[in-house]
Amino acid sequence: MTSYLIQGASLLGAKAADLGVLGGAFVDATKVAGLKKTRVIDATGLVALPGLVDLHTHVRQPGGEQAETVRTGSRAAALGGYTAVHAMANTSPVSDTAELVSAVARWGAEAGYVEVRPVGAVTKGLEGQELAPLGAMARSAAQVRVFSDDGKCVHDSSLMRRALQQARSLDAVIAQHAQDPGLTEGAQMNDGPLAAALGLAGWPAVAEESIIARDVLLAESVGARLHVCHVSTAGSIEVIRWAKARGISVTAEVTPHHLLLTEELVSTFDPLFKVNPPLRRQEDVLALREAVVSGVIDIVATDHAPHPSEVKDCSFPEGAFGMLGLETALPVVLSTLVNPGMVSLKDVARFMSTTPAAIGRLEGYSSPFALGEPAHITLVDPTTEASEPRGSLSHNNPYRGRDLEGRVVHTMYRGDLTVTDGELVERPEVNA
Amino acid sequence: MKHLLDTTTLDREQAVRLLDTAAEFSGVANRSMPKLPTLRGVTMVNLFFEDSTRTRLSFEAAAKRLSADVMTFQVQGSSVSKGESLKDTAQTVEAMGADIIVMRHPASGAAHRLAHSGWVEASIVNAGDGTHQHPTQALLDAATLRHRLSQDSRGGDLSGLHVAIVGDIAHSRVARSNVSLLTTLGARVSVVGPAELMPTGVEDWPVEVRSDLDSVIEDAPDALMMLRIQRERIKGEHQPASGDYVRNFCLTRDRANRLPSHSLVMHPGPMNRGVEIASDVADSPRSVVLEQVRQGVAVRMAVLFDLWGGEK
Repeated sequence: MTSYLIQGASLLGAKAADLGVLGGAFVDATKVAGLKKTRVIDATGLVALPGLVDLHTHVRQPGGEQAETVRTGSRAAALGGYTAVHAMANTSPVSDTAELVSAVARWGAEAGYVEVRPVGAVTKGLEGQELAPLGAMARSAAQVRVFSDDGKCVHDSSLMRRALQQARSLDAVIAQHAQDPGLTEGAQMNDGPLAAALGLAGWPAVAEESIIARDVLLAESVGARLHVCHVSTAGSIEVIRWAKARGISVTAEVTPHHLLLTEELVSTFDPLFKVNPPLRRQEDVLALREAVVSGVIDIVATDHAPHPSEVKDCSFPEGAFGMLGLETALPVVLSTLVNPGMVSLKDVARFMSTTPAAIGRLEGYSSPFALGEPAHITLVDPTTEASEPRGSLSHNNPYRGRDLEGRVVHTMYRGDLTVTDGELVERPEVNA
Repeated sequence: MKHLLDTTTLDREQAVRLLDTAAEFSGVANRSMPKLPTLRGVTMVNLFFEDSTRTRLSFEAAAKRLSADVMTFQVQGSSVSKGESLKDTAQTVEAMGADIIVMRHPASGAAHRLAHSGWVEASIVNAGDGTHQHPTQALLDAATLRHRLSQDSRGGDLSGLHVAIVGDIAHSRVARSNVSLLTTLGARVSVVGPAELMPTGVEDWPVEVRSDLDSVIEDAPDALMMLRIQRERIKGEHQPASGDYVRNFCLTRDRANRLPSHSLVMHPGPMNRGVEIASDVADSPRSVVLEQVRQGVAVRMAVLFDLWGGEK
């Protein structure tokens, strides 16, 4: 059994300490220090964060293996400092049965880089017509606790209400992609003067805000948990703030790209900057950062959305929505929030690990570095230039050419190194 | 210039130079042998992903009068998601020898994308991209206005003229192109139409926003530019009722008669007679629709000449 002694890491940015790992769990450092087989990791100058947990990942398998597989997505996740990801259901076929979600979880276990937690579809085929078998998915081997039609909005109010009711009885959460389809037909970018000047169909902020407003009221009326995916507008924050003040059980996420990039990038007409929800105004970016600081936004989630080049090497309206995120999320957070002094590394541990794990009912993340807990660690150099993304099969990285700070040096998942000295630890491919 | 993608990047000097060159070239059409050797050996490809016989023919005529070789690549079908990609098609026509690619595409920004993607080396002329821009249309409109309304036109701009653009501003690439070009050239521009056909943020455009055509006519504009409603581009259920539209925004004979005698009536074509313009107004002496077509060839000659001059 491998044992590790991690020396001199600054725990959550506090004073340097040693960490011991034995049998996949944290042990007292003195316990492994004397063991012959203990591997010593010199972590001087590095910050230790708990393994990161992504609540919003697209791994594309089954059906989109040209863009990403569970294995390549897991590798990208490990390189980004993640030890768990939630795999969205908009695969082909859609992950809307107990068998499929179990297969996704199994592929994740076989790859072995991170824990892959499948997200189940809310409606069959993501069609918004009929509820998927939420109970069967929850009770399956995959133990699904997050349900989402992400990519599409559960638009029908009665269906959304029933989904929330079922989720409540399963201790699960509905993660809503808030987008009123009637207000966003053919929409390409944030609605406003720039969209009008570029002749691209606009995506009004109210298309997001009105759905969130409805959903928090529905969640309140049935006493269920609601999670709002990829909040992108200042107005949405106001609605969520109001709901939280009222005691409604709602959590919200923001993506790294909405914390940094703005609609101005669409002026290039490069579909690299096409994403759903769209990049918004600088005012929105600043409001989203403030909301992370104040806690109105609970977590940062990547919405990692790999795409093959043919759906990005085209005109803007023809391009696919989505951008890579797993390998750049932590650098974006460090560059935009931590290094400028808006949040602490302790906050990062909360909104990129502890809270997303709690929302997804994922165990082993509630007390970072506590003795006896599973050893999920990310060791990062917060001020060194970030590495180029290289784990994903796809290349739609919107931060190309930008200076981001924060290099993931080692990632440990359940006491095994998945990344060491910035390089992936190769794991054998299992033929399913 | 290397490319002509939109009118927002043209400054006054460049625009006036193009209009002056066009004025020179419009004389060529009247010669017995209407041809100049200027672009001999240069290949221009019309790459049309959307039907537009009139624009395609106009570019073809312009290129031929300058002795360029012309090829046409008409992509069938209007669905942007089917068939060969923009990248592959553009690289194919360049491999066939295209020096200049004139492109019409249903996607806004397609010409920008092609010019800046690194897929091809050729000069790109935007012949209309979605609801974004149609720069040669604006240039031909400016050439028509200057020719008809300015006394000593060479070297001059459109200062002092009031042009009202009427109709579906939100979905019109012609309106966008004209607003920036005509204001760059010093004209006062009004946009006139129902609120639901005005683009978001129009109040920040360098124009007057009006909703009452009759009151605009009382202001005695020098030209009215009538646009059609782009029904195929309007999403959802927001089509204006045609009865209402005709009542409020059609340039009827009665309205035309209230214009000053020198005022021009313009239309980029194709016209929907009886909707935005009454038939007898379209055929009246103040209508300069055919003059616009003639200026179109001259302006496109000027653009091709300028692109090639910029290359050397």
